[in-house]
Amino acid sequence: MMNYIKLIALGLVTLFAMMAVNFARDLAYQVHAIIVMLVAGGMFLWTVRKTDEPVPASDAALHYNDGVVRAGVIATAFWGVVGFLVGTFIAFQLAFPQLNFEFLQGFGNFGRLRPLHTSAVIFAFGGNALIATSFYVVQRTSAARLWGGNLGWFVFWGYQLFIVLAATGYLLGSTQSKEYAEPEWHVDLWLTIVWVAYLAVFLGTIIKRKEPHIYVANWFYLSFIVTVAMLHVVNNLSIPVSIWGSRSVQVFAGVQDAMTQWWYGHNAVGFFLTAGFLGMMYYFVPKQAERPVYSYKLSIIHFWALIFLYIWAGPHHLHYTALPDWASTLGMVFSVVLWMPSWGGMINGLMTLSGAWDKLRTDPVLRMLVISVGFYGMSTFEGPMMSIRAVNSLSHYTDWTIGHVHSGALGWNGMITFGALYFLVPVLWKRERLYSLSLVSWHFWLATIGIVLYAASMWVTGIMEGLMWREVDANGFLVNSFADTVSAKFPMYVVRGLGGVMFLVGALIMCYNLWMTVKAAPAKEKSLATAVPAE
Amino acid sequence: METYSLLREFADSWMLLFLFTFFVGIVFWVMRPGSSKEHRDTANIPFRHEDKPAQTEEART
Repeated sequence: MMNYIKLIALGLVTLFAMMAVNFARDLAYQVHAIIVMLVAGGMFLWTVRKTDEPVPASDAALHYNDGVVRAGVIATAFWGVVGFLVGTFIAFQLAFPQLNFEFLQGFGNFGRLRPLHTSAVIFAFGGNALIATSFYVVQRTSAARLWGGNLGWFVFWGYQLFIVLAATGYLLGSTQSKEYAEPEWHVDLWLTIVWVAYLAVFLGTIIKRKEPHIYVANWFYLSFIVTVAMLHVVNNLSIPVSIWGSRSVQVFAGVQDAMTQWWYGHNAVGFFLTAGFLGMMYYFVPKQAERPVYSYKLSIIHFWALIFLYIWAGPHHLHYTALPDWASTLGMVFSVVLWMPSWGGMINGLMTLSGAWDKLRTDPVLRMLVISVGFYGMSTFEGPMMSIRAVNSLSHYTDWTIGHVHSGALGWNGMITFGALYFLVPVLWKRERLYSLSLVSWHFWLATIGIVLYAASMWVTGIMEGLMWREVDANGFLVNSFADTVSAKFPMYVVRGLGGVMFLVGALIMCYNLWMTVKAAPAKEKSLATAVPAE
Repeated sequence: METYSLLREFADSWMLLFLFTFFVGIVFWVMRPGSSKEHRDTANIPFRHEDKPAQTEEART
């Protein structure tokens, strides 16, 4: 019966997409319609072939649903490399503008590739890491199989479709010009559907848990899912110009729109890149160190303090704008106070190793997790400092901001994800160990030195250009033109690009190592079949 | 009173008080006597049920 409903729905979607290809008002929308048509049509045929076939009996309920986690691990590694590659390329585009090739004008120039890079690393790499690890962690800590049967697979593939639609949209010029929320209304609607399914799967698993308590990692994951849903819906309130085109008009205007955008933007950092990844920290650091978290009491206070404070910090993105002073002061004060729970969490993560510090010498995976927590501490100190209005008057619009973002994103989010992948691959593919620990060490040092090169060059160039912009001579005239600052930044841009190359090479080494782990490391059990549901 | 002023007044008085008390309440609740034993048990959840789901309500392996 279910298959018939699916067939009707898929048939209608395919038909609608065919009409959309015909009536499309812009190229991006037309390409999206073709993609949707092919996906829905393909799924229609696939469902037809399965309909009224006998379903083999399954003992799936006795096992965890690890198939979707394995897929998520592969997607995380894949999108990570794509995102780092695009990031390194656009770093060199800034240093050498000739790389904005003439034949790619309008598709492959910096302005089109930049949102592709940010979304690829944050939403494709980070998002897949969050979905995969949250599915893994919530099953283990609830002692229950993932709720909703194949709904977990819908979340996975639905999210990949969102990524493909967003990425092609950026290249073809479909954007609503909101940072980190660039996709237009039709892609936003699709993400909303996928996200509601994600919430249902996650919450459903928690509700049917066999453990009496909800482990702290799940609190962080849940707050990430719920808050991102709220942020996404409010920041994307817009009215499409036509149902056959990708253009839309925002409901908010002026400073209200700016405030909504940065309320969204900063909490995307706070809940997507912080709360969700803290969920990873509270599971994978104890697992890899083989001891429970340092203080469970601190973890509860950490959680509530973090979610109570983060939501107010957004206005610090809008110092010296049309935003009222009281609002920007509020944002600044909450950002500074936020330093406390951030460092409370960092201390909790680091002190989990107390009594096991010697493991850092022998276990490069644990080293990776620990340095990520270290980078978390560093960037959550730098952030509050930069949110102070006086500091912000120097740092805003300079490369210091970009350096800050990358020490957090590469150092904290990147490293903890790498650590989680190194933990997960042997477990999920039932291998005794990783293929090579010395390759993990290579990855660790390449990535760390790459981040240091990146952050240091951006500090130098950011503070330099900030000082150059405000320099005035004895008569009160500006000393430097904007182009002077651009040419002064050239050497630092090259260093930044080299840092990116090192980080990318590290990630490629990781992919090779993980691939060889699955292919060549000694197996623990003969087959994966015991834990694999129908895929 | 217009909606904005009404909400603004509510937000920086009663709502602020409620959120602040809620937070302080959590700190006290976390520190309550007898919580340590429960927290120790909860903190060890990641080390149970690694391979397959629990089959009965209180199955602790």
